[in-house]
Order: sequence, then structure tokens, then C-alpha cells
Amino acid sequence: MENVIEIIGIEKYIYLSIILFCIGVLGILYRRNAIVMFMCIEIMLNSANMLLVAFSTFHQDAEGQVFVFFTMAVAAAEVAVGLAILVTIYRNIGSIDIDKLKNLKG
Amino acid sequence: MDTNVILLLLLVPLIGSLVNIFFGKKLGNGSGIIATIAVLISFIVTVIAFVQVNSTKVAIQGDLFEWIAVDRFTISFGFLLDQLSLLWLLFVTGIGTLIHLYSTSYMKGDENYAKFFGYLNLFIFFMIVLVAGSNLLITFIGWEGVGLCSYLLIGFWHKNQDYNDAAKKAFIMNRIGDLGFLIGVFILAFLFQSLDYMTIKEALATGTNHQINTWIGFAALAIFIGAVGKSAQIPLYTWLPDAMAGPTPVSALIHAATMVTAGIFLITRLNFVFDLAPLVQNTIAIVGAFTSLFAASIGLVQNDIKKVLAYSTVSQLGLMFMAIGFGAYEIAVFHVITHAFFKACLFLGSGSVIHAMGGEQDMRRMGGLDKYMKVTYITFLIATAAISGFPFLSGFFSKDEILMVAFENNKFLYIVGSIASIMTAFYMFRLVFLTFKKGFRGSQEQKNHLHESPLSMTLPLIILAFFSIVGGAINLPGSNWLNHYLQPIIVKSTGKAHELGTEAYILMALATAGFLIGLGWAFYKYIKNSEVPQEDEKITGFHKVLYNKYYIDEIYMVIFVKPIYVIATFFRDFVEVALSGTVLGLGKIADELSLQGKKAQNGNIGLYLFAFVFGICILFYYLFIAR
Repeated sequence: MENVIEIIGIEKYIYLSIILFCIGVLGILYRRNAIVMFMCIEIMLNSANMLLVAFSTFHQDAEGQVFVFFTMAVAAAEVAVGLAILVTIYRNIGSIDIDKLKNLKG
Repeated sequence: MDTNVILLLLLVPLIGSLVNIFFGKKLGNGSGIIATIAVLISFIVTVIAFVQVNSTKVAIQGDLFEWIAVDRFTISFGFLLDQLSLLWLLFVTGIGTLIHLYSTSYMKGDENYAKFFGYLNLFIFFMIVLVAGSNLLITFIGWEGVGLCSYLLIGFWHKNQDYNDAAKKAFIMNRIGDLGFLIGVFILAFLFQSLDYMTIKEALATGTNHQINTWIGFAALAIFIGAVGKSAQIPLYTWLPDAMAGPTPVSALIHAATMVTAGIFLITRLNFVFDLAPLVQNTIAIVGAFTSLFAASIGLVQNDIKKVLAYSTVSQLGLMFMAIGFGAYEIAVFHVITHAFFKACLFLGSGSVIHAMGGEQDMRRMGGLDKYMKVTYITFLIATAAISGFPFLSGFFSKDEILMVAFENNKFLYIVGSIASIMTAFYMFRLVFLTFKKGFRGSQEQKNHLHESPLSMTLPLIILAFFSIVGGAINLPGSNWLNHYLQPIIVKSTGKAHELGTEAYILMALATAGFLIGLGWAFYKYIKNSEVPQEDEKITGFHKVLYNKYYIDEIYMVIFVKPIYVIATFFRDFVEVALSGTVLGLGKIADELSLQGKKAQNGNIGLYLFAFVFGICILFYYLFIAR
């Protein structure tokens, strides 16, 4: 059976991953809405996940895919906590604009 | 067995002290009784040990544990109860018991009643450590300990700033002497690789060479300086008169009978060292003789009853040092013992008077007390007669022996000592006449308050007066029990061979004549002419110089205290300012820097994230691209 990687080529996956990661980083830097920033974090995570899976298939080794499962589980937990924090922040100050969160000014 | 005796002797006063200090408030009047019993037990143990050692002639010795061990240099925590230390312990614990008993009444009603007894017991403990230590370092522990107790008790009524100053003065003056003592200890440790008395004695018995003798001379001088501090000799004596700020029983116990004789004890203990340093011995004799004369002359005109006794103590200590300087250690010890009896009696008697007068100490406000306080008067008179050298009382024999030794060795110092003795007779009888004779000069209120002290105060007086009479019996010329008893301790003595020849009788007659001169002079002035010392502001001329103690305190103030203050002020105003300025400056710089750094922490999450990403980019640049 022909491999997906052999049809498309590993370097395409790498480019895609880099593009996704950069989109995530730029989103973090330019957007001020906390939920959008969260989504950007997820994009970065998943770009890395995708690369792991791609290399895992490329090397015919299942370890990378096992890794991804763990990453996704941890990311899910992180999102649950993060969203809970955001909800609380919204209740307290009525906004999730990060520019308004300046209470920790030194 | 031996260590048990030592432990019992040491621990009973220590436990008594701790109980009184920590649980005293709950005990109430019981604390005085506990303290007295603790010392009494020590006294009984001492008597038992004394009887044993006196019959077997073998010292009781015991090492509790090895204390310091460096290479071959070891110091054990050991104690030695030989003839000398037992003799000292006998009168320390014996008189200590009497004074504890006396204090139970004297200190009644004081707010720190229990603490007083705690300190007093602690003092007894340290005194036992001092006297019974088998090496110089143990003795030094006791030496410092009694100094501490002395400080605590002089400043016992610490709400009065003058008393605090007196306590500090005593402590600091003693520190000067202690430094000398320590230097002596170091030299001896260097010479003999041991601080044990017996080891040093044996090492010296095998002979020495010239170079070692020089070092021993320095050691002896340093230890003598220590003794000068503790035993209040010129030039470190000024703390003792001021130490009278403490409660009177303290003056009796610490500043007359026991602690101040520690210097004489130490020199007698190290007599084999001092024998090798004739130059130091001469110095001791001269210092002793002049201290005796000097202090006696100040005592002539003092009006504070306790100050007179304090100067008399300094003077008598001077006589003891003179005897030591002539190598007559037994005679010095003899005088220490008789002096302990009559001086304790005198101080306790004066305490009884002060008690009756409601705290008044000025003799100009007293007079005629013999009618009110018979027991105090009679015991006081006996002790006065003893100290002045009334024939066949204890002081007569001991002082006579000292003067006899002086006569044989140095005629000039004999004259100095004799003049001091005449002065002693004068000022002691002046004290008696002014206090107990003629009419009462105090206020009406004081007159109504006059009363004889209770039995617990008069009983010690009676016992001490009894020993003031018969105390001379331990070393009567001819039998010389004490000399024989101390023979194992004193290697070489000049005071042994006193024949009861014509010369001895002539000297005794001269001493008696001196006593009569002093007595007659006092009688003429204060009984026949009914003189009363003038008020402070009317005193003029040489009398004023004497009354102000030759301005020694003022001279020390100018020579030592002021320059030290100047140096201290310099250090405070310049050196300390520079140092603390540097330290504070460094702190200030860090502070300023952190203030600047604080601005980066502006709470803007966007900025943080940017910094974060930017940082990662730089990191990656260096890790993957720049390499």
C-alpha cells in the first residue's frame, strides 16, 4: 500500500506546520481578544501535533502518534482551565480584552 | 566516692540557685530557707571532707570528664579538695550559711527576694568552682562566675542608676585584671603544656633554667594583675568602695569575706610559680603595703558606715598581699580567715544598724545606738577590737604575724604597715563611737524606728563575733597549727620559723601600743571632745583631699575614661559614618536599579507576550542559525 507521505512528500507537511505555527504566533501578538488568543494557541499546538504525526508515519514508528494523544489530552485540560479563568475574568470586569487586565502592574 | 563528694558540694548550691531563680516567686519566704539549707549542706559536706583530709593527709581528687583535648594538650573538668581549698571552702560555705540566714530577715519584703537568694547561691557555686578547681581553667570559670554574681548583686537594686554604674565599674575593673589572669594562663599553658596545678608543681620541682624563669616571671606578673583586680589593690581598687551599693549581706559575703580574697587564694595556690619570680614578689609586697596605707588614710575621714568598712577591707587585703610578697603564704591565709570572720561580722553589724535606721548610712545621722541595739553593739565592738588588733583576739595574732614577717624582711614596709594598722584602729573606733555612743543625731522619725534586729540577724553576728575572738587559735605563735596544716601546699615558706623570742614580744608590744594610739586618738576626738564630722561643704584642706579619696576616681576619669570617650566619639562620628555610609550606599544603588527595573513590569500582557516570542526568536537564532 502506498504511503500518504510518499504521495505528498514530507517537506509539504513541514511547510504547512511552519505556516500554521506562524499564524498562531501572529494571532497571539496582534489580537486582543482572549478567546481568539486561545484559539491561536491551539493552532500552534496542533501544528506541532501534525508534524509529530507526519514524522511518525515517515519513520514507520508509532511512538510519535502516542505522543500526540498525550498532547491532546493535556491541551484539553489546559483549555478547560483557561476557559474557566476567562469566564471568571469576564464576570469580574465585564470584558476579556487583555489590555484591560493591568492589575499586576509592578 | 570522691567524685560524689565533689558533685554534692557543687550541685547543691547550683540547684538551690536555679530553683530560686526560676520558681522563686511561687516559693515566697521559702526561697530564703531553701537557699540557706543548700549552703548548709555544702558546709556539712566540706566539714566531712575536711575531717577526712586532715586525718589522712591525702587530697580528695576527681575528674568529672575530659573537657578539652587537643593533640597532647588536655584539660579535664577536675576538682581538687586539698588542704588549701578545703580551708577556703570551710569559711566560704560556713560564713555563707550565716549570711544566707541573716539575709532571710534583712531582705524581707524586697520585691526580688527570691532572685536575691538565687544570685547568692549562684555565687557560692562559682566560689566553690573557683576554689576547688584542679586546674587554672576551672578556676578561671569560677573567677569569672563570681565576677558575674558580684555584678548582679551590686546592681541588685537596679532602679537606681548610681548602683548600676557601680556594678558596671566593678565588672569593667575586674575585666582588666581578668585579662592579666588570662595572659598568665596562656604563658603557663605554653610553658608546661598543662594547666593542672599538680602537673605544674611537679614540672617545677624538677628544676628549671634561666629562660623558663624569665617566662615564669611574666606569668607571675600577669596573674598578679588578675589578683590585683579581684582583690582590689592599687591601681584597680576603686571598684570595691563603690561596690557597697549592693545590699549589705552581699558586701559582707562577696566584697569582704570571700570573693575579694580570691586573688590571695590564687597566688597561694600558685606559690611554686611565684617563688621563682622574686621581682614580682617584691612588687606584690610594695603594692600591698601601699594599698594598705592608702586605703586606711582614706578610711580615716569617710562618713558612710559601709564606705569606712570598704576601705578597711582594701587596707586589710593590702596587708595580706604584703605577707604574700614576703613569701609568707600561710600568714596571708591566716589573716584571710580571721579577716573573713571579723569583717563579715562588721558588715552584718552595719547592716543591722542600717536596717534599724531605715536605710540611713551616714554616721553623722547616727549615734547612741548602743542603748537600742545591745547585741549589735557588743558584737560590733568585739569585731572592731579584733580588726584593730586588741591583744589576744584573732586579728591581733594574724596582723602581728604579718608585721613580724615584714619586720624581718623590710623595715620600711614594716613601718608602712604599722602606720596603716594604727589608722585602722583609729577609724574603726571612730566608727564605733560615732555610731553607738553619745546622743542620737538623726530625725525623730528614725529614732522611733530604732529597734534591735530579729534573732536570724543577731545569731550570725554572735557566731561571727565568737570566731572573731577565738579565730586566732588556729595559728597561735608557738603551736602554729595552720602552718603545719598547709605544709603540703606551700613549697617553700619564709613565714614558718617564728620563735617566741624577745623580738617577737617586742613587736607584739609595739603592735599593742599602736592599737592603743589609734584607740586613744579616736576616744579623745569623738568621746572626750564629742566631735562630729563636718558636713560635706565645710570640709577643707588635706581633709578634703582625703574625703574625696585623693580624687583618684577623677584622675582615672581624666587619664583613662575621657580619652577612651574621645576615641569612641571619633569612631562613632567618622569611622562608623563612613562604614555605614558605604553599606547604606550599596543598598541605595540596588534600590534605585530595581526601581528602574520595576517599570518593565507594567501589567500589559501583550507586551509580555511580545517579549516572550521575541526572546524565543533570539534563542533560536543563536541555537540554530548563528552557530
